[in-house]
Amino acid sequence: MTARQITLDTTVNGRALSLSVEPEALLLDVLRERLGLTGSKRSCDVQVCGACTVLLDGLPVSACSVLAYEARGRRVLTIEGLARDERLHPVQEAFLATAGFQCGFCTPGMIMAVKALLDDSPSATPEDVREHLRGNICRCTGYASILAAVAVAQRALADGAAG
Amino acid sequence: MTERVIGTSVPKRDGADKVTGRTRFLHDLELPRLAHGKILRARHPHARLLRIDTRRAAALPGVLAVITGADVEQQPFGFARDQLALKVDKVRCVRDEIAAVAAESAAIAEEALALIEVEYAELPAVFDPVAAARPGAPLVHEERGSNLTDLRYQFSHGDVDGAFAEAAAVVEGEYRLNFVTPACLGTMVAIAEWDLEDRLTMWSTTQVPFLYQRDLAQALGIGGDRVRVHQPPVGGNFGRGLDLYPIDVIAALLARRARRPVKIEFERLEEFVACPTREPCTIRLRTAAAADGRLLGRDCHVVIDNGAYVSWGSTTPYVMLSTVAGLYRCPAVRFDTTIAYTNNPYSGSMRGYGNLESTFAVESQMDELAAKLGLDRLELRRRNATKPGDAHPQGFAIGSCAMGECLDALGDTTRGLPPPARGWRRGVGYAGMFHVGGGARIYKSDGCGAIVKCDDFGRVSLITGATEIGQGSETVLAMIVAETLGVPLARVEVVNSDTAVKPWDVGVHASRTTFIAGNAARLAAEKLRARLVAMAAGELEATVEELAVGDGWIFVKAEPQRRIAYERAARTGHLREGGQTLVAEAFYDPPTAMLDKDLRGNVSAAYGFAAQAVVLDVEEATGVIRVRRVVSAHDVGRALNPGAAEGQIHGGIHMGLGYALSEHLVVRDGQILTASFMDYAVLKAEDMPELVVRLVESIDAEGPFGAKGLGESGVIPVSAAVANAVHDAIGVRFTELPITSARVHAALRAGPRD
Repeated sequence: MTARQITLDTTVNGRALSLSVEPEALLLDVLRERLGLTGSKRSCDVQVCGACTVLLDGLPVSACSVLAYEARGRRVLTIEGLARDERLHPVQEAFLATAGFQCGFCTPGMIMAVKALLDDSPSATPEDVREHLRGNICRCTGYASILAAVAVAQRALADGAAG
Repeated sequence: MTERVIGTSVPKRDGADKVTGRTRFLHDLELPRLAHGKILRARHPHARLLRIDTRRAAALPGVLAVITGADVEQQPFGFARDQLALKVDKVRCVRDEIAAVAAESAAIAEEALALIEVEYAELPAVFDPVAAARPGAPLVHEERGSNLTDLRYQFSHGDVDGAFAEAAAVVEGEYRLNFVTPACLGTMVAIAEWDLEDRLTMWSTTQVPFLYQRDLAQALGIGGDRVRVHQPPVGGNFGRGLDLYPIDVIAALLARRARRPVKIEFERLEEFVACPTREPCTIRLRTAAAADGRLLGRDCHVVIDNGAYVSWGSTTPYVMLSTVAGLYRCPAVRFDTTIAYTNNPYSGSMRGYGNLESTFAVESQMDELAAKLGLDRLELRRRNATKPGDAHPQGFAIGSCAMGECLDALGDTTRGLPPPARGWRRGVGYAGMFHVGGGARIYKSDGCGAIVKCDDFGRVSLITGATEIGQGSETVLAMIVAETLGVPLARVEVVNSDTAVKPWDVGVHASRTTFIAGNAARLAAEKLRARLVAMAAGELEATVEELAVGDGWIFVKAEPQRRIAYERAARTGHLREGGQTLVAEAFYDPPTAMLDKDLRGNVSAAYGFAAQAVVLDVEEATGVIRVRRVVSAHDVGRALNPGAAEGQIHGGIHMGLGYALSEHLVVRDGQILTASFMDYAVLKAEDMPELVVRLVESIDAEGPFGAKGLGESGVIPVSAAVANAVHDAIGVRFTELPITSARVHAALRAGPRD
């Protein structure tokens, strides 16, 4: 650890970590380069495209524009931590079912953004969903299959909660 | 054999990896000792390079190599061989590469770039192709003596002047199409590594791996046998990967100098500056029609801003012409182009490849003709609709064609929509589409190779020349093999990303993969099936005619319990004296011709047709446009995977709506002003209307299981249908894209223009 580095204690995908990082290191770089969690993508660099979306204490953030240090003492969830015991999360299942992806580059961020929304408001209306996804750009699908995936996920989560 | 997979919406095979973040994109690849490269670009759009001093950059700790055009061996490359990867003597646009650095990290490389001193002498520049074509204009390439490129596309068919003389109605207009860019979520990347025997391995965003192999070798002055190309998953492409670009050559040059593998990954700003765009152009078009609406003739002149170097964007008149001559029956056609160098960035190929542009002009005029003649807009299109067996002026052989059915399939386009709110006016617009659907012979070969093998465990591998860029070709090709061989889809593996392994293919473009690579896969699978059946005939003591395949078994049709599994047949094949492995190979090159010097010839083995309707509302006070619904009917021949086909069309409509309404790469005085996703407006989920896709099946005789290409057909008609809908709503005809709310607002304040 050089003099410039600082200690970052954080939890990533349920695992407590203590890392030494440069003070100006971005969360995205630490995830991708230090931890090998390459599911979060770099694309726009200015928190408008959503390809790097991860959850910080359950809330969606653009990891390309958040300092790694801001994750101190907080829980980071990335796409790699979403499936539990090899079982896909209902949002992931829904994206599979409706083919809510083509090239797949926006998909991890899109899924994390949808998870955040449905955790917060399970019965979001289609208008809510479209507005919420303002921060996530997809260049391939025209969003139709993504919006369909959200609806499928909402039903699955409701059934799961009821069952 | 009954079909079980073809025609069903099976999930895409790469889905599980994509939804879990496990897909290893090019951006995610690491290699041992990987170094990172960065490129220094021109500050001015036209300037002499007086001095480049790299000493301070080279001295920075962590820098491994610094190169300029003066100290590398490189050959001219590109469509017209008119550029070097690292420029010498002068720069001709702000994309121009001057120097490059390889370093231990991207940050160090970036820091080193800032330490390179460049002294320029600015030159007068030219940014408008018409001005550039005039005598006395500043010369982009002095040695040429003129800014006109060597490209000119002239075509004439029938009595055009006679057609206009006898016409009941003539409309004319000039249509301006601006720069737009693929804006792929995943930027361009090149990774280069040389081995000790001086062989180069590339990991690339290319979509034409074998042409890339050839062109890169030429640019480096080495034999093509020394270049191997890997194609990891990319974050979109949409035509971006059709050419070789300086990034590829520079990565190879840096890796050679640094003696380390080098990765160059564009940042977003650099992607907006350096990624090839859709070509900006001005289309002057006149259309003549008889009183009953029959088209009599079209006369078209296209001016293209070539930018500083020739790439595929300047060859798009090939496709523009096919629509001017062949979107609807048109007996007389004249076409000409002016393509001039300027100091703007240059354009590559982008989904739809010239056809969005010409369709915008042609379909705007179909509406204007309908108005002049007092005909219903759809009825005018029906009366002129192409039919099977029609003769296209360029000699295209129109086989399967459901243009009329597509127009009919639009149906009641506003049904169920609530009426527009107070202060909003509704418009409906239509546009048709004509595009190649069975490959496009723009090279000597339009072929694709395929190898199919069955292993000892009954697993089938398709090794195809085709390239997956997210469009879903792996899935549809696997379906074709599964169907042909009678094995479960899950048993089929697709191998398609290494030029050292896969057989030759032209590449993924022109909506050709399902048709061309699909036919190759089908042929190879048929050969393998014949060998399996012949082998099984001996084992089962039956004749070949008595056998059938299904579910991974070869069985006697009359007694299905007399059967042998594929894996056993495979083992029986080689675990004996004089044995053989179960491998079959095929090459499919469609029965087509290259265009001759007069631009005639049947370039495609099938043609695709579509019709679209756009329903939108315009707010009178603000000019804001809200698209409510797009109905899109497509003659796809046969929908092999209807879900995937719809997905392609959805994505095309999205890109087309962006072209029509919001996307504009603003280039002023050669500088790019909208180089971020904050300024370059790709449509978001909330901007999208309801999408209604209707797949019309014409069952093409040559296509695999009847299919035709459809990868581009969604994007092509949208902007024309939008412009027609806006006119329908507010009576203003827009002839320039994008139709932004600011432009609509200004037009509304000025009052109706026609």
